Amino acid sequence: MADIPADQSAGIMRAADGRPLKVALARAQTRARRRAFLLVAPLLFFVLVTFVVPIGQMLHRSVHNPTFVDNMPQVAAWFRDTPAGTEPDEAALAALIAYLAAAAEARTIGAVGTRVNYEMQGTRSLFTAAGRRAGRLEAPYREALLDIDAKWGDPALWSTMRQVSTAYTANFYLAAVDRTRDLDGSVTRVAPDRAVYLTLFQRTFLLSALITFLCLLLGFPIAHLLATLPLRYSNLLMILVLLPFWTSLLVRTTAWMVILQGQGVLNNALVSLGIIGDTGRVELMYNQAGTVIAMTHILLPFMVLPLYSVMRTINPSYVRAARSLGATSWTAFRRVYLPQTLPGIGAGSLLVFILAVGYYITPALVGGASGQLISNLIAFHMQNSLNWSLAAALAALLLAAVLALYWLYDRLVGVDNMKLG
Amino acid sequence: MAVERGDAAFVAFEHVQKSYDGETLVVKDLNLSIGKGEFLTMLGPSGSGKTTCLMMLAGFETATHGEIRLAGRPINNIPPHKRGIGMVFQNYALFPHMTVAENLAFPLQVRNLGKAEIEAKIKRALDMVQMGRFGGRRPAQLSGGQQQRIALARALVFEPELVLMDEPLGALDKQLREHMQFEIKHLHDALGVTVVYVTHDQSEALTMSDRVAVFNDGRIQQLAPPEELYERPANSFVAQFIGENNTLPGTVETIADGACTVRLAGGELIEAVPVNVSAAGERTTVSIRPERVEFKPERLPPGARTVEAEVLEFIYMGDTFRTRMRVAGNDNFVMKCRNSIGQRKLEPGERVAIGWVTPDARALDPH
Amino acid sequence: MKRMLFLTSTLMCVGFAAAAQGELNIVSWGGAYGASQMEAYHKPYMALTGIKINSIDADNPATPIKAQVEAGNVSIDIADVEPSDLVRLCDEGALEVLPIDELPDGADGTPAADDFIEGGLYDCGVGTIVYSTLIAYRTDTGVAPTSSADFFDLEKFPGKRGLRKGAKYSLELALMADGVPPAEVYDVLGTPEGVDRAFAKLDTIKDQVIWWEAGAQPPQLLADGEVVMTTAYNGRIFNAMMEENQPFALLWPNQIYDFNLWVIPKGAPHKDAAWEFIKWSTDTQRLADQAGFISYGPARKSSSPLVGLFKDGKTEMGPHMPTNPDYVADALTTDIEFWADHDIELNERFNAWLAAS
Repeated sequence: MADIPADQSAGIMRAADGRPLKVALARAQTRARRRAFLLVAPLLFFVLVTFVVPIGQMLHRSVHNPTFVDNMPQVAAWFRDTPAGTEPDEAALAALIAYLAAAAEARTIGAVGTRVNYEMQGTRSLFTAAGRRAGRLEAPYREALLDIDAKWGDPALWSTMRQVSTAYTANFYLAAVDRTRDLDGSVTRVAPDRAVYLTLFQRTFLLSALITFLCLLLGFPIAHLLATLPLRYSNLLMILVLLPFWTSLLVRTTAWMVILQGQGVLNNALVSLGIIGDTGRVELMYNQAGTVIAMTHILLPFMVLPLYSVMRTINPSYVRAARSLGATSWTAFRRVYLPQTLPGIGAGSLLVFILAVGYYITPALVGGASGQLISNLIAFHMQNSLNWSLAAALAALLLAAVLALYWLYDRLVGVDNMKLG
Repeated sequence: MAVERGDAAFVAFEHVQKSYDGETLVVKDLNLSIGKGEFLTMLGPSGSGKTTCLMMLAGFETATHGEIRLAGRPINNIPPHKRGIGMVFQNYALFPHMTVAENLAFPLQVRNLGKAEIEAKIKRALDMVQMGRFGGRRPAQLSGGQQQRIALARALVFEPELVLMDEPLGALDKQLREHMQFEIKHLHDALGVTVVYVTHDQSEALTMSDRVAVFNDGRIQQLAPPEELYERPANSFVAQFIGENNTLPGTVETIADGACTVRLAGGELIEAVPVNVSAAGERTTVSIRPERVEFKPERLPPGARTVEAEVLEFIYMGDTFRTRMRVAGNDNFVMKCRNSIGQRKLEPGERVAIGWVTPDARALDPH
Repeated sequence: MKRMLFLTSTLMCVGFAAAAQGELNIVSWGGAYGASQMEAYHKPYMALTGIKINSIDADNPATPIKAQVEAGNVSIDIADVEPSDLVRLCDEGALEVLPIDELPDGADGTPAADDFIEGGLYDCGVGTIVYSTLIAYRTDTGVAPTSSADFFDLEKFPGKRGLRKGAKYSLELALMADGVPPAEVYDVLGTPEGVDRAFAKLDTIKDQVIWWEAGAQPPQLLADGEVVMTTAYNGRIFNAMMEENQPFALLWPNQIYDFNLWVIPKGAPHKDAAWEFIKWSTDTQRLADQAGFISYGPARKSSSPLVGLFKDGKTEMGPHMPTNPDYVADALTTDIEFWADHDIELNERFNAWLAAS
């Protein structure tokens, strides 16, 4: 700065060309900033298109399902204009029947039925059946509909239709936490034999926590060994740690199936060693044990790498200092070494936990019934039931839980205290 | 080799050898005893074995052969935490996740001291290094010098009888380093603790130590108080390593009664004190300190021999003048004069006769 | 609903290559079944017309259809689906309505509408095969099950069972094993008590069940000895017996019939070419040809007399066909309307039941 001339008489610093120094500085920095922005712009765009927008779409979809209002705008309008509990009048019924007739003609009759069916089971056929006969119905429509199926007179049906007649709804979130609305619109639990998501959320988090803990337990010594071995040995060991990364996930999972199944490598070895009898084969697959074993193996590198990168930077003199100050090797580890690896433990655990929470293929293949996670149900709703709004709501809850965890981590440990490598 | 022996030794190395690879010895037959309350410095270039010795004493390295005793007790098989030795590390090794006070509390907590006692000791230790207000800070919030003081306080807070320091001032700038040297020295004087100090900085060693052990090539080259080390180096390695030094190679012409004459390469004959020579005809290197060289005949003792010198370069250094000259074929012969009233500045190309008193010229090994 | 849906591209992962002209993208079930279609339909049709057929495998070809139609980016020309999926997709307008009166008459002159077995022809789809879901077992365990009740008898037949992961088939099988005659199964299942009864029956073997999803899994599970018996598609087991000499056998009583049908997703890139292919591939001869590669019955009655030997040239296909008169007596035909209406409801209950372990 010393070589920048100053115009002290004017009271402001000026650059060599006479412009005020602040202006010159701002201009120089703007150029640098613009260049920096242009450099990251492609990535920003990429992240926006492939990450932010899809997640936004997903969140939107979880509260937005316009099937009803798009297909039956007049019926939806009637619901909007009348207070809850109003008996459907002839005009509303006429609009409903007009839609059913048109939809039957256009072969889109199932759309609204499916939407209502999400909220109230067994109602889809009401719409398809009525649709088939809608063209022939005559006033008074109320009697005509009741004639097709007495369920058309059920207040619960109309209450449900009123709920789904708005494009925006929180009902999918209610469903995602095993809640539903009863007749007067208040929130209640679903019947015990239909409650599934809370159990699965709980199991997902418990299993993920267990997997994270096992990864930490197995990964910590490996990472420590890697960080303290001479470079030529540690490089070799590092390759072994990274090896799973270079194999397809499906191959790794199937390999575990070969090893773990009842007639698999592990059981056969135990039987031939006489450790267990042929009838006492251990069930290691198609249950939670299979999910935990395979996922711990698959996620282990995600724990080892951050741990390793943190441990490598810990000067051995800290432990020496602790020892010279009178600490046993255990105390030195616990009070000096371990706390300094916390950023790695935090990063590794967070990474493994978040990945485990969303894991899908491995539990689907080796998890059996008891090893299924919430992601498998999300896949079910994406692929089988095609209830994407519910899938989105479940996914959004998962996302929220992960963000909450991240926030908690930030509060407890501090995100700046996290080292990913 | 000057080794003090006896039961009075507080720390003793006896025939200690250390090898890392089973092929070469990093420490070769080390014998050293350190008195209680002494400030002993291990000085040497890197790779000379001084740090290895310190680490063996601390317990982080095991001696391949030989015995190390602390207060008369062999400690070869005692783990570091039971040795009760304080240690200050080159990078301070302050625990980054603890505050200053917690760092100081650590050695006291592992000794199961009471809470009140711990607090009292921490306060005393912090006051001792003038850091009383910094107990709540984290090491990262302190300057290098402040961290150094805390490291010192931590090594002393549990009142060890022996403190090891491994180049503790190496990371500080010159001014701070010199200041800290005095502080450490004062602490040593005040506490009476035994200090073993490792450094490669000879001025640090001279300033602080009661005795200095100069290491090279896995051996102690000389063990002596600073003054003796400087004034009477035992061999040409020590002479070269400690302070500035002029060397004049030559051959012993005569030797008798603690004096000898040496014929230099240019044919000049000078007088010197024989240190590592014993017979006429031996090759030798005569060592003379630059500040002991004189060119004014009136300041030399009567009858002293002089040698012809040609001035090559004159350097003004403020408090002193450095004059580089060619003497007996050596182009790097340096004379240092104080910038005192009326001191004469020599011009390059000038020829002068220079001389010294005989005890300042020491005939060492030819090396 | 025609908005761009990035969600689709990221979650569904159905990145089929955009088909060029003169190409057809056909999604089917893979494995031995996919191979039989390749041999009986795709290869001859490619040789005949020069159109390139890309055969794509899926666990359930109906799955990607809704995603593609909703995203407005359809790459599938033809999919091979189950009737319940067909009805659901058709009702939601995700399928093209086909001019089925253009289908060729049977070889014996019967109009197509009469030639197809009942349930094999829809506005949105044309049947190709009749297949059966039934119990398959290993013959080397010493005892052979004789009824669906034996499937649930863990004392007489200890060992793991395989079941398709889903409500369909599992609930029907449970009711029949519990003594409900095939003709009454859907009436019972239509009541809450009937559903409870089916789940109660499933409860008795729940901890011994390995759940499978892809049709290729049951023969694998049997071959590995992971299960002693499993529900399976009859053709897959037949092919494993024929081609790999596996010690498997099928239990025909209480088999559950179903169709597979060709459908064209709405907005398919080669809609007309796809319809030409469907018309050609579902004529009497082609349907009979396929039965030579896998033991699934042809959807046309007129094809049955033309079904001959397995491709090995010596095995008579008749005894291995679900349509064999000997096996039809106590068989159950899948009620498509029932499943179209109750699929979601029963599967949610099924998922909840499965998760509560």
